Amino acid sequence: MYEVIFAPFVEFGFMRRALVGCFALALGATPIGVFLTLRRMSLTGDAMAHAILPGAALGYLAAGLSLGAMTLGGVIAGVAVAILSGLVARTTVAREDSSLAAFYLISLAVGVVIVSTRGSNVDLLHILFGTVLALNDAAIFLIAGIATVTLFGLAAIYRPLVIECYDPGFLRSVSPLSPVAHYGFLVLAVLNLVGGFHALGTLMAVGIMILPAAAARFWTRDITPLLVIGVLGAFLSGFVGLLLSYHASLPSGPAIILTAGAFYLFSLAFGPDGVVKTHLRSRRHLEA
Amino acid sequence: MKTRRSFLVSIFAAGMVGLFGSGTAQTDSPIKVVASFSILGDIVQQVGGDRVHLTTLVGPDGDAHVYQPTPADARSVAETKLLIVNGLGFEGWMERLTEASGYKGRVVTATAGIVPLQMEEAEEQHEAETEQKAEEGGHADHDHGEIDPHAWQSLANARIYVRNITDGLAAADPAGAETYRGNAARYLKEIDSVEAQIREMVASLPAERRKVVTSHDAFGYFSAAYGIELLAPVGFSTDAEASAGDVANLIRQIEQEQITAVFVENISDRRLIDQIVRETGARIGGTLYSDALSKADGPAGTYLDMMRHNIQTLVAALGG
Repeated sequence: MYEVIFAPFVEFGFMRRALVGCFALALGATPIGVFLTLRRMSLTGDAMAHAILPGAALGYLAAGLSLGAMTLGGVIAGVAVAILSGLVARTTVAREDSSLAAFYLISLAVGVVIVSTRGSNVDLLHILFGTVLALNDAAIFLIAGIATVTLFGLAAIYRPLVIECYDPGFLRSVSPLSPVAHYGFLVLAVLNLVGGFHALGTLMAVGIMILPAAAARFWTRDITPLLVIGVLGAFLSGFVGLLLSYHASLPSGPAIILTAGAFYLFSLAFGPDGVVKTHLRSRRHLEA
Repeated sequence: MKTRRSFLVSIFAAGMVGLFGSGTAQTDSPIKVVASFSILGDIVQQVGGDRVHLTTLVGPDGDAHVYQPTPADARSVAETKLLIVNGLGFEGWMERLTEASGYKGRVVTATAGIVPLQMEEAEEQHEAETEQKAEEGGHADHDHGEIDPHAWQSLANARIYVRNITDGLAAADPAGAETYRGNAARYLKEIDSVEAQIREMVASLPAERRKVVTSHDAFGYFSAAYGIELLAPVGFSTDAEASAGDVANLIRQIEQEQITAVFVENISDRRLIDQIVRETGARIGGTLYSDALSKADGPAGTYLDMMRHNIQTLVAALGG
């Protein structure tokens, strides 16, 4: 038992680092993912992975292959795309998803143009995206710092944010805090995504953000338990996924996300709002 | 208005040059050749000399495993008389590029006639590891089949490259055949001398020290030819992702066999290697050039400089 579950983490520093990275990501990104799914913005993460290219490219042009400069540029580009699309969604007829899609495509195109003017064949995003097995101190501080900022940030805008998720029109009519909640949340989402890309890679960042959050929805409707179940599910996925990657020699990022996927499928089937229970309930209604 | 007119004029002029220029250009201007990546490009340049006008698609420090061709590449390919590729599945994007550009000319596969290495045989390794290697082969499958494409890492293969390229150039430009054969003969001599140098340097190392770690599996041919064993956490392609089990085995192996030097490559992310270094106390011996040359003023501006640089870096780190 000890051999299988704990020995890998005791013997290898990189396993401990990977676990810490997963936990930090789960603390910061999964709550963001809960709000994203509530707002029907689950695909934001994938859009963001492309939207950050012009920033990364400018960072590369300014400072060469410096991960710091490229990440900073990526955050700036991501925040710009998020805020512009949020602005359009709030002030025009466009919905949040369509405006995000429009701006991320523009951003991606700008990025490709910038990369090509330099005539370089370096695949910047390939370099920018990290892997969970290679977390150095800087990467761990980055995601732990982002998780801290995220938790405090979410605490600060929690009430308006929850109302915004369920009834944005109402919030706008009663509170001047509505834009603060809206844009503050978008900025936090971008921070988590770009930090996650840098430290752990796209699949990990987006997967840990969305899958546990989506799975939690089958267990409860209330926001607080949603957050708790989501984060716990993310913890568990990271832990089990790393062990799977260790014992079965599977690539680590996909192993962790597959574990989260299994958690999702299990919840989909057996959660109180899952397929089985809902089916039983509707039967009972018919009989009554 | 003025700018638009001058634009039209320049298009017209360009068209005229295109129409009348090309007829006379055939005889004395250089023939256009496209090579897929920097190492191959250098060999082509050595053989072709002034008679070829060379375009290299993936430039210095670029990673051909994950390269995305641009429209400019498609144009270069469409305009070229001769396309030279490495083959063995190295340029996975090449087939689509030639198709898209409508290229119907000759394609020279530089590795034609080379006996490709399969996934390395696990001779002296434990069973568990053999199993795991087989799985790794499964990953590499998507990119390369189970064949190692990095054939240029052995100078014996480079001779075959030179022959294939010379024949290709001579067929595309018969008037220059003499020149090409002359250049090739001179270049083959240089290859001989570098190879002798490498063998000498390897021989100076104690046998038990001939073991190092690099970031991806690019040195299979080098190992086979010169007897230095190189281990890597990621498979043949930089595209693959490492597994925790592989990294753990590698760390154990470094500790057990007291491997002292770990190397980074110019094209791949060094973060994983840094992690392994932190864990084992081995040190970073320097940068090896595997899949791409450095810029012209760097330590590996040409293919032969690259081979020299790699062996010097290896020997300096292992011998010291």
